[in-house]
Amino acid sequence: MKFGVVIFPGSNCDQDCVHVLKDVLGQGVVTLWHQETSLKGVKCVVLPGGFSYGDYLRTGAIARFSPIMQSIGAFAKDGGVVIGICNGFQILLEAGLLPGAMMRNAGLRFICRFVTLRVERTETPFTNRFRQGQVIRLPIAHNEGNYVAEPEALKAIRQRGQVLFRYCDANGELTDDSNPNGSTDAIAGITNTAGNVMGLMPHPERASEPALGSVDGRLLFESLIEAHAHA
Amino acid sequence: MKATVAVTLKPGLLDVQGKATQQALESLGFKGIKQVRVGKLIEIELNHATVAATKRDLERMCQKLLANPVVETYRIALAR
Repeated sequence: MKFGVVIFPGSNCDQDCVHVLKDVLGQGVVTLWHQETSLKGVKCVVLPGGFSYGDYLRTGAIARFSPIMQSIGAFAKDGGVVIGICNGFQILLEAGLLPGAMMRNAGLRFICRFVTLRVERTETPFTNRFRQGQVIRLPIAHNEGNYVAEPEALKAIRQRGQVLFRYCDANGELTDDSNPNGSTDAIAGITNTAGNVMGLMPHPERASEPALGSVDGRLLFESLIEAHAHA
Repeated sequence: MKATVAVTLKPGLLDVQGKATQQALESLGFKGIKQVRVGKLIEIELNHATVAATKRDLERMCQKLLANPVVETYRIALAR
């Protein structure tokens, strides 16, 4: 399966994504520079983490106007699979490809550590290799991961089952202590209504090899490959 | 023409920066603070022909980029 990893000025997880997809999972990968408009025939676009455009104005606010994002918007509208990780998630929110917005972490600190997450749905291209309710370990590394949405939008997101991952404790329970950044409803990852665009704050690419302390992130990339094989 | 655009979080949203700043002010001994909200100030110089055109463009700038309508509000002030 051919993946495209986008690079903005300030992206810093792009090579981690390339490494996991190419070296760990043996997939085809091309990088897509923010000034380009061609998606080079990729089947899945990955917006990696980092600090695109220095996080100026708001996280993701400037990146959304880059030439490549116009092509990605059209690609997503046509049903193309897009995944945004951390800053990539923030860019998808700013671009309006996902509902809601990110605010500063409730504790006002940049948080960089492993968290536990509960898999809320498995019948999606992003999660088909997980078990329903599975508790997984992935690292987070962000300052603006406090997810918010307007009440009406939040209601719709819940009703349509757009939440794919929630921050939880080791037993899969949602508690105040297990929510690292104050996200509404402990939301860590969501999809759009069509189910082809996903954003998540934790980093699956940093948890795809045993040496990194968790291989749970690999299941997410394997889900994409699985979904593509049966498409 | 010079414009200043003030962007702040919507009234209903918990402003964690504002809250922390308020607590810091109180710990310095300042009393009677009801609320602190932290936002950002953007200064823009324009050379549009008319005030109406300036206002129209500033409004569009706010809606398209300067503020995120999901969580923020904005105020535009014009000075010659």
